[in-house]
Amino acid sequence: MSAPVYIAGVGVITAIGNNVAENLAAFEREEAGMGDITLVNTIHRGILPVAEVKLDNEALGNLAGISTKLSRTKMLSLIAAREALNDAAIPDFDNLRTGFISANTVGGMDKSEDFFIEFLADQDKGKLRNVYDHECGSMTEVVADALGITDYMTTISTACSSSANAIFYGARLIRNDILDVVIAGGADALAKFTLNGFNTLMILDKEYCKPFDDNREGLNLGEGAGYVVLVSDKVAQTLNKPLYATLSGYNNSNDAYHQTASSPDGTGSYLAMQGALNKAGLQTSDIDYINLHGTGTPNNDSAEGTAIKRLFGPQYPKMSSTKSFTGHTLGASGGVEAVFSVLAVKHGLIYPNLRFKTPMQELPFTPEVHYLKDQPVKNVLSNSFGFGGNCTSLIFSAV
Amino acid sequence: MKIYIRSAAAISAQNTFGDVPFLTEPIEVTGICLSAIEPDYKAYIDPKLARRMSRVIKMGVAAAMQCLRDGQVEMPGAIITGTALGCQEDTITFLTRIIEMEEEMLPPTAFIQSTHNTVAAQIALMLKCHNYNNTFVHKGISFESALLDAVMLLKEGDADSILVGGTEEMTDIAFKILTRLGLYKRWPLSNLELIRTQSNGTIGGEGAAFFLLTDKGNSDNLAELVATKTFYKPKSKVDIELNINSFLEHNSIKIEDIDLVITGKNGDWKNDAVYDELSKTIFVNSSFAYYKHLCGEYPVSISFALWLAANIIKRGQVPETVTDGELKNRSPKKILIYNHYQNSYHSLMLLSSC
Repeated sequence: MSAPVYIAGVGVITAIGNNVAENLAAFEREEAGMGDITLVNTIHRGILPVAEVKLDNEALGNLAGISTKLSRTKMLSLIAAREALNDAAIPDFDNLRTGFISANTVGGMDKSEDFFIEFLADQDKGKLRNVYDHECGSMTEVVADALGITDYMTTISTACSSSANAIFYGARLIRNDILDVVIAGGADALAKFTLNGFNTLMILDKEYCKPFDDNREGLNLGEGAGYVVLVSDKVAQTLNKPLYATLSGYNNSNDAYHQTASSPDGTGSYLAMQGALNKAGLQTSDIDYINLHGTGTPNNDSAEGTAIKRLFGPQYPKMSSTKSFTGHTLGASGGVEAVFSVLAVKHGLIYPNLRFKTPMQELPFTPEVHYLKDQPVKNVLSNSFGFGGNCTSLIFSAV
Repeated sequence: MKIYIRSAAAISAQNTFGDVPFLTEPIEVTGICLSAIEPDYKAYIDPKLARRMSRVIKMGVAAAMQCLRDGQVEMPGAIITGTALGCQEDTITFLTRIIEMEEEMLPPTAFIQSTHNTVAAQIALMLKCHNYNNTFVHKGISFESALLDAVMLLKEGDADSILVGGTEEMTDIAFKILTRLGLYKRWPLSNLELIRTQSNGTIGGEGAAFFLLTDKGNSDNLAELVATKTFYKPKSKVDIELNINSFLEHNSIKIEDIDLVITGKNGDWKNDAVYDELSKTIFVNSSFAYYKHLCGEYPVSISFALWLAANIIKRGQVPETVTDGELKNRSPKKILIYNHYQNSYHSLMLLSSC
């Protein structure tokens, strides 16, 4: 049960790039992906900034190689999952037990919203092709089919921690000797539903978000997908290229405080980070970088920061929120940030936390504001916390 | 390691919840959709909280709480749920308001409660349970995925007394859309006649069923969950047989040792043909039961079948309303549940007396 699980491939698409190389280049240029809303038809255009993937459905569908009429979430998912699988280049893939574990929060909502407008006026109207595959699981199924994965697939939805849970569920399927290879992560496209949902909670910043800044005012929504290819020890030995990292620790804990708000002392975050460290057999001093959940909302950053203070104080590793580049990609964020964390281990990178100016009064530490390379990065902690108190932490370690 | 079902609680379209006779008087409904019989929630949820909760949240929370009480467990080691469509009612409410109110002055409550993990989250919140909490949302194997997660957690030794459940609510809107998609029959019928109709489509359903899984033997346990497996888009009948045979072989059990096969027949001729074919080959000498005439068809209906199977084993009797032909053993000790969802997702669960 404690057999190692390795990361053999990565794939990502976000507002700062359509693949791994473009995302890394944007980090180095310190160039954020936010801008005006151009793709979602909403009254919030020109008011709320978002981090859109810079391709419309036509271009995105063509890049994915699937129908441009499908949900954008499927396109994002397939692009990143395929990049990860190609990157891993696993010999004899067809003869291994393979799985696809994906996550998202609202399934094909971008299409269902169109359907609903006509449907509400007349229940016999509305194009069924926009709603028949609304379910979250349909997003996963179309990608698994396209990648030829039939042994096992499932979908997880625990709000903003969804794809972090998908990744470690995948790792456990390998540890339990059910599968040899798992592509795991998640995807979410921007939708009017989530945009308005977060807007009613009054946690969207009208400016570009400022995670862990004392003057932060909320998050910017983003979209994207991120996947890692997890392999067993046995498969790892057959690879013709170096491994990225190992998934050394993971934990899922619940804050059990409120449906949407985090507890003031970040109980869930604390337990998730501590549990992941225990699983990995690591001390807080072993962590070289924390990829923060860091949404930029007053509540999240205060709870997460307080938990880090309690767990890590008085010695703090470098940390940053890459949501300052990609926005909050919701069900994709755990997968997207797992990819960034793995790349940090592989290439010795620390990503900057953009737009940080003023330290938070209650915290004795500040995020890293510069892009750093050639850093000694052996262990990276990646946090993903969500509605429903769902808190998950993953630790990626050098091989 | 042996894994046991310590307790089970189901809210369904039948009288299955609480201390009731075991399906001796099945509820008959004439229609195309079965609604769950909701209990008095006061015994489970603070009425002030309950007023803001949708039906699926209330059903899920109440079934979970009853399951914990029956299992005499106060704090589960993990909470895991499966649901294909999640909190439909809140999702539809919020979507409707976005359109009708043109994105202005929207109240947040429906959005807050629309996330698929709301049921698992509300259970954790009510119990102040900080342990592992997960929600699976994969179509016809949402509950199966949750169950596999629970089994793995027990095998890993990371948790005990794991609360795992399947929840689904039916709404008028979903019923309308699914009807347009051709899932249901075109005229009302008695649910008790469902399996005999053999025409296009089935009837809708809903429900919540929760289970406590443990690796600790106890005379109160309902049954042993020997194994569970899913397979996807089998290429042929032979492929299905291979999958079932390898599952049984892997668990060192012969088909003739299985006392009862509970199938997912739902009255749709295409759906049921899959089972009928197998009853001529690998299941030629088997005894059968079916259940979807009692709970309707919905993505996590297999959680109702698991509740049924665990109770059949514990009580040593098969309710007449579920029997499909002659029984070779009136007190089954080994039960195989076999369900498929639109011939894409096939599920197997093997139970044994403790």
